[in-house]
Amino acid sequence: MTNVLINAPKTAKPGEIVEIKALILHPMETGFRPGTNGRIIPRNIIERFTATWNGAEIFHMEMSPAIAANPFVSFFAVATESGTIGLRWTGDEGFLVEEQVAIAVG
Amino acid sequence: MKTVQAAFGLASIFAATFALAQGAVDKRRSGYQDMGEALQKMQDDDMANPGLLFVQLGEQLWGKPAGAANKSCADCHGAAAASMKGVAARYPAIPKDTAGKDVGRPVDLEGRINLCRAAQQRAAPFALESRELLALEAYVARQSRGQPIAPPSDPRLGPFREQGAEIYRRRQGQLNLSCAVCHDDNAGKKLAGVTIPEAHPTGYPIYRLEWQSLGSLKRRLRNCLVGIRAEAYAYDAPEYVALEIYLMDRAKGMVIEAPGVRP
Repeated sequence: MTNVLINAPKTAKPGEIVEIKALILHPMETGFRPGTNGRIIPRNIIERFTATWNGAEIFHMEMSPAIAANPFVSFFAVATESGTIGLRWTGDEGFLVEEQVAIAVG
Repeated sequence: MKTVQAAFGLASIFAATFALAQGAVDKRRSGYQDMGEALQKMQDDDMANPGLLFVQLGEQLWGKPAGAANKSCADCHGAAAASMKGVAARYPAIPKDTAGKDVGRPVDLEGRINLCRAAQQRAAPFALESRELLALEAYVARQSRGQPIAPPSDPRLGPFREQGAEIYRRRQGQLNLSCAVCHDDNAGKKLAGVTIPEAHPTGYPIYRLEWQSLGSLKRRLRNCLVGIRAEAYAYDAPEYVALEIYLMDRAKGMVIEAPGVRP
């Protein structure tokens, strides 16, 4: 079950700097911790987060095992045209979540 | 001269009542007030509070049919915003089961959810501290945000509250500490650089950054018991519910802020 909270403005003026915030449910298991049976719990992290604006990439980040569970990402973008902001998280064990939010510029 | 005396007497009576009124001002502090500004903002922002991820999950579970009865929570309770408002503020309580029969023992919110699950949905109860149970609890507790804690006046809760108070004041563990030593006698002072809170259960289930997850009040209590090097009670021990009853009574009137964020 995937679970995401996205906070982005629905409207913006042309050239306005908007903040986009995204929170996702994920254990971010480091791969360094032993479990109750003494064995190492396999690494399970989000490796990459990408944001696109009408398909063009505007932001991406590589995540590491040092990032805490349920990572919160906040970034800024200049509003140029109306359309959709796409957010994509990919990671270990085939983790893939894609979300879209609409934004009207004008 | 008489009028002067009378006026003086009146003034002193006024001063006394004023002092009394001042003394009645609630000096209790939620753990929220002792956190840094960044954490307070994190809790207040529904888009940054990770507890809301679990609330969202709980909302999905609320509408999902389960068990042999194939019923969802919403089938009986409808919209949680109306039916669950204030519920978290009055638990633990001694509820009636579906047949109208008394359960006979106090249960907390988690216990209540599992009772419903067993009786109404005829499904296996959720494991304590499981993601599903915490999510549903968070969703239900979220509906009471802003409500004052109002323990039921049920006289049958009395002995359990007494038991909880007794555990709260009993010294235990290798460090020979009671809950009261830290949270009554030394609240507001520092323990290893952290402000000791007054232990008011206003935000449960809480998203604790140290846990990197949502956790119940029981988990917090186990944490403290391990901290004083006492043996923690079993997950389903009635002692936790007794302590919860006492703590909720102690925090009577304080405002629910679930799901809280704590360091």
